[in-house]
Amino acid sequence: MTSSSAPTRALGAEPGFVVQLDAFSGPLDLLLHLLREEQIDIADIPVARIADQFLRVIHDLGLNQAADYLEMAGRLIRLKAQMLLPRREGQDDWEDPRHELVRRLLEYQLIREVAGWLERAAARRADQLPRGFLPPPPDLPQVPLTIDLLQLLQAVEKVVADIPTPVLHRVVPRPLDTEGAVLRLEAMLAEREEFSWLDLLGARPSIVDVLSALLAVLELARRGWLRVAQSESFGSFLIRRAIPAFEMLPQPTESEPGSEAADAAD
Amino acid sequence: MKPLTQLIEAALFAANRPITVEELQTLEPESALADVRTALEELREHYDFDGHAVEVAEIAGGYQILTRRAFAEAIERAQFAVRTPRLTTAAMETLAVIAYRQPVGRAEIEEIRGVSAGGVLRSLQERALIEVVGRSEGMGRPLLYGTTPTFLELLGLRDLAELPRTEEFSIALHPHKPEASDDGQGDAAASVVAES
Repeated sequence: MTSSSAPTRALGAEPGFVVQLDAFSGPLDLLLHLLREEQIDIADIPVARIADQFLRVIHDLGLNQAADYLEMAGRLIRLKAQMLLPRREGQDDWEDPRHELVRRLLEYQLIREVAGWLERAAARRADQLPRGFLPPPPDLPQVPLTIDLLQLLQAVEKVVADIPTPVLHRVVPRPLDTEGAVLRLEAMLAEREEFSWLDLLGARPSIVDVLSALLAVLELARRGWLRVAQSESFGSFLIRRAIPAFEMLPQPTESEPGSEAADAAD
Repeated sequence: MKPLTQLIEAALFAANRPITVEELQTLEPESALADVRTALEELREHYDFDGHAVEVAEIAGGYQILTRRAFAEAIERAQFAVRTPRLTTAAMETLAVIAYRQPVGRAEIEEIRGVSAGGVLRSLQERALIEVVGRSEGMGRPLLYGTTPTFLELLGLRDLAELPRTEEFSIALHPHKPEASDDGQGDAAASVVAES
């Protein structure tokens, strides 16, 4: 079986045997190349010899890192071992372990021929030009940039200039107008005995208005001029006058003088 | 030339891609598809018999006005245009697998070519020569690839049926051996073709 009529020239013995990695599109391609070099019948591959040659070539090429080639090397070594196993003469159900490799090689060879046909078709088509033909965009690895420092800096400036100025958050001072709110609350208390907190706020209050009004309510409650009552949780509350309206008219700045004034008025 | 033929000539002249018969019909909505085909034939004969340097080529399911092959070199020498650069061997092999096995997953492509195919697939996709046509039902639901109309344009083919049948290739590795005439070899080749 392994006796072959192929030339016995030991290919690996030639030191000048140089193969370009780029010339091969993969391990199957390399294998086909070796078979062709040795003029070996693909149906009867001397596995041991081809495996050794394959290993030598990928070693010489420094292809040891390439996983695809290593995987094929592993397959070949395994195949070599399988071929060495003894088998009985005339054993019909013996399955040639090389069958899978041969199948793959033939399949790949077919793809190679198809690829060649496609290439010739593409070359024929490329001989005919459409109107307004635009040359295709250059492939990605372009020529290295040749610019001087000034051009680079100008480019940087242009890029920087195009960057929109970042919109930082600006804090708008909106001081609480507690005094104004106190005056407004006092005015309302003078007119009405009881009213809702919402009435105090008026329509469309801003957050500042709400806070100012709340502080005003608390301030007047501290002075004892009003009481607040809330009927339910999170509900609105009622503001009720706690002192006679006429006592509110003088507007003391402090609660103590205010109460003294109220006493004096009595 | 008939008015419809002139319309079609104008449209094909202005476009720089293959235009289908259906698209050409929209030029004159009252015309039938058969009229368009007749007009295309008239235009083709006009170019062929009146000694024009361009011809009506049938590509990727459409029609396109192209310069005749004889002038490619002259045009290129004058640098009016550049011929499409050739694809790499790896790209052509990958295209060959996809063209004949589509829809086909990456694993099968790699199995046939014996090398990883990620980079090649990406560049073919970028050139719009292949596209994802679906997902396999298998483990991990891998993407399946197929060829595009751009692929047909690249090769100048009307449709995929114009690709030669695999039986037409002489696939067996025949070494230059005088006694390489055993039939077993041919059988092996035939069985591979049948499988593929």
